[in-house]
Amino acid sequence: MASSRNGCDSCPEITCISTKEVLQQDIAKNVVTAYDRVKRRGMTACLFGSGGTCCRHCNMGPCQIIDGVDDMLGICGATADTVAARNFGRICAAGTSAHTDHAREMVKGFIATAKGETPHEIKDVRKLHMLAEIFGVETEGRDKNEIAVEIGELALADFGSQDDKPLTMTKRAPAKRQELWKRLNIFPRGVDREVVEMMHRTHMGVDQEYHNIMLQASRCSLADGWGSSMLSTELTDIMFGTPVPRRAIVDLGCLKKDQVNITVHGHEPLLAEALCLAAQEEDMLGLAKKAGAKGINLAGVCCTGNEILMRRGIPVAAGFIQQEMALATGAVEAMVVDVQCVMQSVAEVAKNFHTDIITTNYRAKMPDSVHIQFEEETPLESAKEILTKAIANYKKRGDCFIPQETKVDVVVGFSHETINTMLGGTFRSSYRPLNDNIINGRIRGVGVIVGCDNYKLTDEAHEIIARHLIKNDVLVLTTGCAATALGRAGLVNPEAIKHAGPGLREVCETVGMPPVLHMGSCVDNSRILIAATEMVREGGLGDDISDLPAIGTAPLWMSEKAVAIGQYFVASGAQVVFQNLPTTGAKAFNNYLLEGMMDTYGAVWNVASEPLEIAKLMIERIDQKRKELGIDKQRERVLFDMEMRRDLGGDKAIGDAGCTGASHHES
Amino acid sequence: MSKIICSAAIRGAHNIVDMAEESYEEALKKYGADQEVSFPNTAYFLPIIYSMLGYKVEKIGDMKDIFQECRNLLPDLVTDDLWLPYLAPALDAGMATFFAEEMYESIRYLNEPNFYTKTEDPTADNIWLGAADDLIFRKRGVEFVDGTAPGFAAIMGSPKDKEVASRIALELQEKNLYIFMHDHTDGIRMAEQLVANDVQIGWNTRLVPFGQSYTTAVFAIGFACRVAMAFGGVKPGDYKGNLIYNKDRTFAFVMAFGPVSDEWYANAAGAINWGFPTISDYDIPEVLPTGICTYEHVVSNVPHDEIVQKAIEVRGLKVSVTKIDIPLSFGPAFEGERIRKDDLFMEMGGGRTTGVEVLVSKEMDEVEDGLVTVDGPDMSDIEAGQNLPISILVEVAGREMQSDFEPILERQFHHLINYVQGIMHIGQRNIMWIRIGKAAVEKGFSLKDIGKVLHGKLHQEFGAILDKVQVKISTIQEEVEKVVELAKGVYTERDLRLGNMTDETEEVFYSCTLCQSFAPSHVCVITPERVGMCGAYNWLDGKASFQINPTGPNQPINKGDCTDPSNGYFTGINEFVNQASRGAVPEVSCYSLMNNPMTACGCFEAIAAMLPQCNGIMVVNRDYMGMTPSGMKFTTLAGMAGGGMQTPGFMGVSKHFLTSKKLFLAEGGLKRLVWIPKILKEEIKDKLMERCKEEGMPELFDMIATEEQGETEEEILKFLKEKGHPALEMEAAV
Repeated sequence: MASSRNGCDSCPEITCISTKEVLQQDIAKNVVTAYDRVKRRGMTACLFGSGGTCCRHCNMGPCQIIDGVDDMLGICGATADTVAARNFGRICAAGTSAHTDHAREMVKGFIATAKGETPHEIKDVRKLHMLAEIFGVETEGRDKNEIAVEIGELALADFGSQDDKPLTMTKRAPAKRQELWKRLNIFPRGVDREVVEMMHRTHMGVDQEYHNIMLQASRCSLADGWGSSMLSTELTDIMFGTPVPRRAIVDLGCLKKDQVNITVHGHEPLLAEALCLAAQEEDMLGLAKKAGAKGINLAGVCCTGNEILMRRGIPVAAGFIQQEMALATGAVEAMVVDVQCVMQSVAEVAKNFHTDIITTNYRAKMPDSVHIQFEEETPLESAKEILTKAIANYKKRGDCFIPQETKVDVVVGFSHETINTMLGGTFRSSYRPLNDNIINGRIRGVGVIVGCDNYKLTDEAHEIIARHLIKNDVLVLTTGCAATALGRAGLVNPEAIKHAGPGLREVCETVGMPPVLHMGSCVDNSRILIAATEMVREGGLGDDISDLPAIGTAPLWMSEKAVAIGQYFVASGAQVVFQNLPTTGAKAFNNYLLEGMMDTYGAVWNVASEPLEIAKLMIERIDQKRKELGIDKQRERVLFDMEMRRDLGGDKAIGDAGCTGASHHES
Repeated sequence: MSKIICSAAIRGAHNIVDMAEESYEEALKKYGADQEVSFPNTAYFLPIIYSMLGYKVEKIGDMKDIFQECRNLLPDLVTDDLWLPYLAPALDAGMATFFAEEMYESIRYLNEPNFYTKTEDPTADNIWLGAADDLIFRKRGVEFVDGTAPGFAAIMGSPKDKEVASRIALELQEKNLYIFMHDHTDGIRMAEQLVANDVQIGWNTRLVPFGQSYTTAVFAIGFACRVAMAFGGVKPGDYKGNLIYNKDRTFAFVMAFGPVSDEWYANAAGAINWGFPTISDYDIPEVLPTGICTYEHVVSNVPHDEIVQKAIEVRGLKVSVTKIDIPLSFGPAFEGERIRKDDLFMEMGGGRTTGVEVLVSKEMDEVEDGLVTVDGPDMSDIEAGQNLPISILVEVAGREMQSDFEPILERQFHHLINYVQGIMHIGQRNIMWIRIGKAAVEKGFSLKDIGKVLHGKLHQEFGAILDKVQVKISTIQEEVEKVVELAKGVYTERDLRLGNMTDETEEVFYSCTLCQSFAPSHVCVITPERVGMCGAYNWLDGKASFQINPTGPNQPINKGDCTDPSNGYFTGINEFVNQASRGAVPEVSCYSLMNNPMTACGCFEAIAAMLPQCNGIMVVNRDYMGMTPSGMKFTTLAGMAGGGMQTPGFMGVSKHFLTSKKLFLAEGGLKRLVWIPKILKEEIKDKLMERCKEEGMPELFDMIATEEQGETEEEILKFLKEKGHPALEMEAAV
């Protein structure tokens, strides 16, 4: 029996209403959740593990290092700083590898789609052409599929590239940032190579200088952000459609009593998209009817949820932390999982119900689950097989409890392209209004809330931070499970502007947007890199990402991917705040992350444990950047006379040589 | 943009597109898909659609695609709760509104050809002018880019009180803005209010009554689109370039009076795409965040006595108005105003009395700066209808002053005196003519005010070359005659000097980049014998302008060696143009139409074009609207000659150049000229006859055909053969 229905002694109180309601039901009485396991384990986390100074990289150890105690060096002599840095580097490598394997599947799916081998199609031709320009692919007079095949193959080559050429997408970064990467020699090359090199350099007896280790950690993480993650986002957009604003719902209340509920959990949208297509087919609907259901209700969990939420408006039932609760409703016929962030416990929870856990990826299997391999060559068939299995369970459904009240409306779909268009319309799309209103102070800055959720901080941490930020006129961008949490809190909704400060509210009212913009799954943090770059390009806010009054946080980070994301943010000049880092056991290294990196990247890692503290720190950073930009004071209105109007964009003409300027200047 | 405004704009846009589509369906039935549609006399089709989409609506049938585009742009209505972002949809709806309104208005031209006057000024029975044709557009559009007019106020509706309406109009005029008037407020129309209050309306006073319905807002916006295309070199279809050009250069705004309907909101939303905000006197929501416009997007509840000030502040416009201490309004908006017979108080010169104006330079100690004297009777001394002789003698001194600059300074008198409200100035030198309106005299006008204007403005505009200005005005016949004598001597000397100046005698030519702010890849080369193709800038102007502003638009070019006197190739010129065009134009001839002709921005007075069959050259001026023997009208030819490209066989020229000895030198000179419009032939008759004589062929004048002989090359060829035109005997030019 579950030990507590209200969190546990070792973790903060559960505040999420749907979680509480579900766990209080009788049918859930035998469900053991992560909360319970925290308590049952009855011990706090290992101090060496938490501090990053446990080394298991060779068989002389394992060695627990105590910083500053000469007798407690590693057997090989490795210091706490070296060990913590190596561990940190490996976390980045692991995170990068996860995004990379995900991205590789997407690129391969993209090529297959372009070749007509999947039921999908090349949807966003405009974006295809944009990418073609970046990849140097000719578009004139060519079929979209032909262009896509060429781009796909070039993209795929980026993973395995062996020469020293920077990854293609890095050319999208601000010029100044690129110069820095060049100077530091951390321009990421082949993505796989960077992961391999990270692993090699952290092998016993290789790189033992933490600054140097972190250069590779940066390069490896940049290969994630500007490499695999960005490729995944962009090619997925082209294939499944770039997100546009749409209405949807989140939270467990989206499960339907009279329909076959199938939750899709994991990360790769190829599976989810195939399920979406299959669930609309007559034969599947017929099957559901025959089983006595009114239809098939797909609902997302974790980032797969965010992928189909953004592109199809399919509801998200739960974030990472609620994956067990979704099953505890007893209303789920099957939880279909692929890769990443799937707790092994779901199979255990499912045993209490009629639910099947269906694994679909050869990489990711678990005991007590059904494996139906998702075949990319025949995705629809695979999807139908999965659906059929799930539908068959419907009749077996026993008592269930769906917390109806907790269905929350959200408006999602804020891709970079959406933001660009929504600020000026089809004809005047640009980030100008965003920059303008940051410069004039209506918007104080941009706060990015991303990442997972876990049991270390209160489950309302995202909400507390977001509320504080928007109240103080900070526009919030969000992705991943953080976005789901903010959705549940009702902040991913245009009516949430009533919680925003007067300046931000005015801008949101003008545009008709929520004060918290949902930008997608965790792999879509690359959208934030592009958005930040676009803000730099639009002008008036400095000439590098590190100049922007913007900062990110992953307050409830859980997965190694979050650390890779954090490191690619920092190496791109975007400061981040985490609630803790596994580096505290190594003073000098920890200090380098928290302060020393400022000189290198113009951004550092911050650590703050309390949500409000995190929010305040974010605002401090934003204010400091405003001051450095000289936009912290009220500005006089500039009126333009003819001379000044001629100078607007006039820098592109040759001063004294007459009518020779560009025919007009681009906005 | 607040939800209320966006919701209304989107509703309005739906209504307007529906209405326009209905009218299109009817027209389609009535006239068929092949029926031509257009705004009067323009090469820009329906200019908003053309500039935004690059699509030429020439026939009714062409509208089908555009309505499809409108439907694509038209968003769903905004929901009461859980709304999706509505700003972008509202802006798109505004764009669809303009597309629809343009088509709607063009169908109106078809249904009711005389609905609008299609003139520059109101006619006796109709004050509504409709869309500006290209003639008006060219003339006025240039003012938007040279800074004479910073922008326009697109007025929707009207204040109730005609005095208030007139005052607002006057205030806008004083800011040098154009005032475009549309629609009504509770049946009250601004233009009618002005007429009722005896205010002169029409293009000449910048008070333009476009139309009686909100759909005519497209005449204002279309005007802005054409400015960007014609002067900004923005290509049709480059919507972003056009919109940003207007946001940065055309300081226009919408001024709305009274309640704002959904349809007005739709138009206002459209205008925001161009960076044109809306200022309203009514209690509507405001949209203050910035970004698409330079500053606020919608500002409301502004009292009438603050509305003009507020409008220019919101638009971010700085208007530098020199305060001249006279009892009348002053500024370019009053330049085109006329003094009608009934309004006339008195007149001077112009054949009625002796009149003369002249400017001479003196030594520094001979001029007392600011001195203005009037000898003889002034306005207060005479009765209405009593005309007086007049002499205006302006004496200037300055360390940088040269006698070459005298005619340039003197030429300013015309527009400066015209800038005074209620005063009309025509002509120059000793054929000048001044008409004084009754209203001006009522407000206390004195001849001294002319002196004050000339003193103040000459200082302001030419401060770099002159230090002192004194003005001596006389209305006493004997004194006037003395000045006439003095002036005649000055004129003779000047003309002689100018006449002796040739491309060979001067080492330095001038570039003209006055159009720099708006025209692409083009540079004018002005030589003593080749006036700038706009007709406004000659070599002396270039020289003076350089003196006044050494980093300005006119730069000296050392002409270098002449490598080909007949084509007019100069090493220095080629070097300069090559550099200035970034290698796009490596070589330019000064005297040839066929070999590397000079490029043009688009502001030419006339166009020369080769007529291969006739083995000769035709020239057509901008004012001629008919067909030419080239098979193209002026507007079409303008497309061939403009744009900064060298197109052998097509070239922009000034009218004045037709009587230059360097005209088409490479092609055989004046004897190649086979056709010009009659109106042009009349205009340059004297000089042209003289040139024919100089060429040793006085009979050539009558051999040059006009539209009276024909508008096709065949007709002209027949005529040339009859007359034995020399071009037929020349070697083939093509």
